[in-house]
Amino acid sequence: MTGAVRKKGSIRRRLIIQLLGGAALLAILMFVVVRLYARDLAADSQDEILSASVTSILDAAAVRNGTLALDIPYSAFSMLGNVSDDRVFYTVTRNDAFVTGYQDLPTPQQGRISETRFRTATYRDVEIRMVTAARRLSIAGVPEVVEVTVAQTRDGLRQTLNEISRTVAMFGIGFFLLAAFLGVLAAQSAIGPLRQLAGSVSRRGPEDLRPVTARVPEEMAPLVAALNSFMSRLKASLTRSEDLIAEAAHRVRTPLATVRTQAEITLRRVDKPENRQAVREMIRAIDESSRAAGQLLDHAMVSFRSEHLETKGVDLCRLASDAVERLRPMADLRDIDIELTLPGEPQILRGDAILLQSALLNLLDNAIKYSPTDSTVRVVVSGDGTAGRVMIRDSGKGFALGELKTLTQRFVRGGNTSGVVGSGLGLTIADEVARAHGGSLKLENAKEGIGGCASLSFLLASR
Amino acid sequence: MRKFVLLAGLALMWLAAQATAYEIEDRRSFGPDGASRTLRIISTGDASLFEPILTSFLQSEPNLRIDYVVASSTQLSRAIHEDGAVMDVALSSAMDLQTKLVNDGYALPHRSNATSSLPTWARWRDHLFAFTQEPAAIVLNRAAFDGLPMPRTRQDLIALMRANPDRFEGRVGTYDVRQSGLGYLFATQDARSSETYWRLTEVMGGLGVKLYCCSGLMIDDVVTGDLAVAYNVLGSYAQARPEETQIEVLLPEDFTTVMLRTAFIPASSELPDIAGRFIDHLVTRQWDNAPGLSQVFEGAELTRDDQALRRIRLGPGLLVFLDGFKKQAFFEEWRSAVLQ
Ligand SMILES: Nc1ncnc2c1ncn2[C@@H]1O[C@H](COP(=O)(O)OP(=O)(O)O)[C@@H](O)[C@H]1O
Ligand SMILES: [Mg+2]
Repeated sequence: MTGAVRKKGSIRRRLIIQLLGGAALLAILMFVVVRLYARDLAADSQDEILSASVTSILDAAAVRNGTLALDIPYSAFSMLGNVSDDRVFYTVTRNDAFVTGYQDLPTPQQGRISETRFRTATYRDVEIRMVTAARRLSIAGVPEVVEVTVAQTRDGLRQTLNEISRTVAMFGIGFFLLAAFLGVLAAQSAIGPLRQLAGSVSRRGPEDLRPVTARVPEEMAPLVAALNSFMSRLKASLTRSEDLIAEAAHRVRTPLATVRTQAEITLRRVDKPENRQAVREMIRAIDESSRAAGQLLDHAMVSFRSEHLETKGVDLCRLASDAVERLRPMADLRDIDIELTLPGEPQILRGDAILLQSALLNLLDNAIKYSPTDSTVRVVVSGDGTAGRVMIRDSGKGFALGELKTLTQRFVRGGNTSGVVGSGLGLTIADEVARAHGGSLKLENAKEGIGGCASLSFLLASR
Repeated sequence: MRKFVLLAGLALMWLAAQATAYEIEDRRSFGPDGASRTLRIISTGDASLFEPILTSFLQSEPNLRIDYVVASSTQLSRAIHEDGAVMDVALSSAMDLQTKLVNDGYALPHRSNATSSLPTWARWRDHLFAFTQEPAAIVLNRAAFDGLPMPRTRQDLIALMRANPDRFEGRVGTYDVRQSGLGYLFATQDARSSETYWRLTEVMGGLGVKLYCCSGLMIDDVVTGDLAVAYNVLGSYAQARPEETQIEVLLPEDFTTVMLRTAFIPASSELPDIAGRFIDHLVTRQWDNAPGLSQVFEGAELTRDDQALRRIRLGPGLLVFLDGFKKQAFFEEWRSAVLQ
């Protein structure tokens, strides 16, 4: 009945992909932002030290004997060497005329004299950072402007930046891996309730149409509500059809009983052999019909009662001997002897006595039906303190091994039934009763290779 | 034919121009005659001083010749800076000029296991590598100090010279910083280290100091007794002459300036790989046990650490003293101290 489910995508995969994508995006964003920030920071610190160098040179500019004296302090350049191994260039001008340094240095950023000015330029094929400042001096009574530019290559900056980039990249990757791990966990836990629901629904027995009562996340509430209402509708329609069957069976049974009585009376009256034969056939057909109707009723009852199971302490030994007593007349008709073996102790389990009785009667009925005449059916009750068992063994042809799986389904009859009347509901009833009580029905053949053997096992009530 | 003559003439003129643009003091060749490649080394060090290093390098490089050109530090700088001479290795004791050449982009980088195992103060930018440490020493004539205690510091020397002007008059010598790059380097670093330098210079000036171009000549004059004191002499040169028992080499205990002899690969190099191997050879000191050489560099262990040793720092700080203004100012001050 389970048709193939048509799938489209996977929520878990989609969630994981989205989370991973988000994490990757964030990691890249972090990398870019930190790198930019670090770049600014490193560039600022280079500007600062260049400014300090320029200032110290400017401070050393003085007028001596009416001329410009410029005693560049050793520290002006050595402090640049302390920070990085970058190349250093400088130039000093006086009223825009070259005084000392590197004459071909690119022209500095223009601006007000009082300002420190910055420029990034290319000099001798490499990128340099230039810092320029100026100062007014009065040389021989004439105001003049001395301007100092100190420039540095940016290898150190690049190296610092590369180191930072490497570190940040490591962080980014670590961050991504962590986020990925958490993302997978999140995806897993997000679909967890869905899996649980699917698991609990698929683990249910075929008749279990109770609503799902476990708590579910808000998002799943509509699904579960829909599922519950679907199941309740299904259950209502099942109950209706079961009621219908029971009602129908009941209505058929009563008139059938009347018809049978009339037919027996008629059989006594008619003398002609062919007429008697016809009436016997009639009685057989009536029996068959009423049996079927009875079993239908029983089955409907089992379905109903096992859903609202009312449990009491029941003794398996008593059930077995009652069943044997009930069916002994029928066995006698076929010259079949029923041998009952009981243990010394009662075997008490908690259950519905009427259902259990019905299961035993059906099994015993089968044993008698499928045995040859003039044989023995053995009923053995046993128990080991925790589990109790009723075994019913005959010496008929036994179960066909290939059919074992299907025999407990409704209306399914075996291939060995030629001439035997039946509806295919007996084993179904026995099986359902066993399962409603948490027990099991086991079908097998006797060790000798012949004879069916059906046994019911239950957990006993603990004393 | 005439075209050929013209071309040949032009080529000769070009060669002549190449050869004469910078002045060289000596030129020697090492290695087999038929070698396919020639490593050109320009150096401020005497060929005899470097011969063990060169021959030990040639042992690991068959099929190589070395063309060894000796020039003063200023001429070396000029060869590379202005003349664009094709050179594979430049070796010099003038740390400031070497630094400037590297700073101005005339060098190729070189990275190897050997160079990265150097201490950080012995390399700059992966371009410039120090391979010896050589102290600036005071060389004394023992006889001239007969009856006087041997000085151990500059202060001792100043006191002795002040107390005995007759004995030292006209018998002290030092570098003419205007002529010698190394002398200028030593002087500027001394001046940076302590004011004592200027006091000493003034005292020497008062005694009619003799000025020299080179360490070798100063040592010669101390040996003969013409000089009683030679200030700021390359210690390695003095120690290379142990046979001269009449001289005493003093490494002043107040502070001793230490110069690093450095090497780099000029950007014009046509054999940078071999040049790199040569630099590795220099810095790993595989030549340390070459006969006669250990004395030259005695006491110059790169790892030696001593409170009084003031190693001149490689780096942009050295550019300061090459500034024209700075130089002029220094010369002025020096002249007024020396020529009173
Ligand atoms: N004791 C038995 N021996 C052999 N076959 C049996 C036995 N009991 C049941 N079967 C087989 O199992 C089938 C299903 O049994 P059941 O559900 O009781 O239906 P029915 O007895 O009405 O045919 C029977 O048709 C028969 O083929
Ligand atoms: Mg049956």
